[in-house]
Amino acid sequence: MSTKTYNPRTRLATSGARAATEAHLGRRPTGERVSGNLFYAFLLLMISLSMAGLAALIIDAFVEGFPRLGLELFTEPTAPFPEDSGFLNAIVGSLFVIGGVIALVVPLGVGAAIYLEEYADRERWWNRLIELNIQNLAAVPSIVYGILGLAFIVRGPLSLGFVVAAGSITLALLVLPTVILAAREAIRAVPPSIRQASLAVGATQWETIRHQVLPASIPGIATGVILAVGRAIGETAPLLLVGAATFVTFVPEGFFDRYTVLPVQIFNYFARAQQEYIILAAAGIIVMLVMLLAMNSFAIWLRNRYEQRW
Amino acid sequence: MTDKTTAPATHQTEEEERPAVQALPSVEETARESREQRGEPQSETERETLFAVEDLTVRYGKKPAVEDVTFDIYKNNITALIGPSGCGKSTLIRCFNRMNDLIPAASIEGHIRYHGQDLYDPAVDAVEVRKRIGMVFQAPNPFPKSIFENIAFGPRVLGTKKKSDLDDIVEEALTRAALWDDVKDRLDDNAYGMSGGQQQRLCIARSIATKPDVVLMDEPCSALDPISTGKIEDLMMELKKDYSIIVVTHNMQQAARVSDMTAFLMVQLDDDEENPRGRLVEYNQTDKIFTNPADERTEQYVSGRVG
Repeated sequence: MSTKTYNPRTRLATSGARAATEAHLGRRPTGERVSGNLFYAFLLLMISLSMAGLAALIIDAFVEGFPRLGLELFTEPTAPFPEDSGFLNAIVGSLFVIGGVIALVVPLGVGAAIYLEEYADRERWWNRLIELNIQNLAAVPSIVYGILGLAFIVRGPLSLGFVVAAGSITLALLVLPTVILAAREAIRAVPPSIRQASLAVGATQWETIRHQVLPASIPGIATGVILAVGRAIGETAPLLLVGAATFVTFVPEGFFDRYTVLPVQIFNYFARAQQEYIILAAAGIIVMLVMLLAMNSFAIWLRNRYEQRW
Repeated sequence: MTDKTTAPATHQTEEEERPAVQALPSVEETARESREQRGEPQSETERETLFAVEDLTVRYGKKPAVEDVTFDIYKNNITALIGPSGCGKSTLIRCFNRMNDLIPAASIEGHIRYHGQDLYDPAVDAVEVRKRIGMVFQAPNPFPKSIFENIAFGPRVLGTKKKSDLDDIVEEALTRAALWDDVKDRLDDNAYGMSGGQQQRLCIARSIATKPDVVLMDEPCSALDPISTGKIEDLMMELKKDYSIIVVTHNMQQAARVSDMTAFLMVQLDDDEENPRGRLVEYNQTDKIFTNPADERTEQYVSGRVG
């Protein structure tokens, strides 16, 4: 319909309506705009403060540790003099401990998560009790796990002594709740329709979990493990109790060797009087950040390879 | 049971001959012609009972979802379950391969006999049932894997391990689902790259790759456009030669187009006007249901006056 068929009165009404619409779509009230902008500014302030805090920490570590930055930090073990000392033994110690944590926490965490998500009947009180306990365990201070490790793993029933394995088991217990919770989220995120499709072709529940649910939830489980391992790398307090406190000058060669780890070494150096040790500790922080970034990048790359959508 | 007077004798439980079927009044001539045009020879007398549903009641918790359903489903037929929302069609179809077992609150009374064997006998393993009775779901739900893996998963868990055998099975299933020509060059691509209609045909191919006896389809076209729907319907007519199909549909034209037998379910309240539950109102040959239903409620529903 073209406009020429309208009579003048209709045209007038149309233009009036258009004018009214334009007025309605006009600028927002000033007060609304100001409060919106204020909130935006507040958010910017918050994010800049967080970033500034992190940046200050990193810059401070770089400035303090600058005199000692160099490859020998990664290639030399602890020596009697700070000028000759590197972090090789602590790096290898950390890698051993973390390797042990991953080896323990992945099967335990994923197994527990599969049970809770796929098999446990929520109606039963013991399953609800288990769930509640796992959530609470995630909030227990890490020093408590250190005491537990000292009493049951280093001494007591397991009596392993102050060795790598004791550190791995203690840290694995510490991060296990985080891994279980993340793995449960990942398993829950697999749509029920995938499980139904699998069961409907005659697969058993185990085949469905093994071939459909687990592969689909690998990225989510990997994320949980990355977070957990990131936390485990930086843990100091429980490891002080289960043997990493000693001044170790050799590189551990197995899970039943004595050991030290990076954060404990840094803590140890900072507690000393000489300026050279303070510098070494700052350089140690850089080493730890590099290691953490390398491991996380690898894990994220691994996760993205398996990423899939539905 | 309500209004069962015209349903073909449904109380028989053994595989005896079914004289009641022969006694049915002949279907209207027009309907018969349309059937013959579709190339479907009528062989009502030789129908073999596949499922005998006896006094089936399914409850979720204490609430009945479907109540007192009794009817027989025949081999190599397409049986349509129609009715308004909430009448228990989906609940009913999920009983045939024991998918309701997955809902902890669901409980079942009565019997479904499959070739004479009670599916809900404690000695029967639900996994064994599902190997013989496949299912296609409302929304396409391919596995987040390659097209090949989607089809091969079923045969593989049922014991086919050799790659060459799996290749053959995948090609046959995709060919039967009219999908082979579309996807033969990209079998290793993720199934999520296919269109919705293709995904649903992939799901049908997946369900027939295990060579089941029956294929259950729970509103297989409700998420699809009319062209994809047409393709799926053609596929159902094709598959009917080798499989028995039970299909739940909201689309009455679809039931009329593809099915041989139609069961009409409806929501009913109890005497206190409470506890809605599904009941079977009428079950008969599709032509009869759509052209000359015995029950007034069926007529109102199929003519679009209610529901």
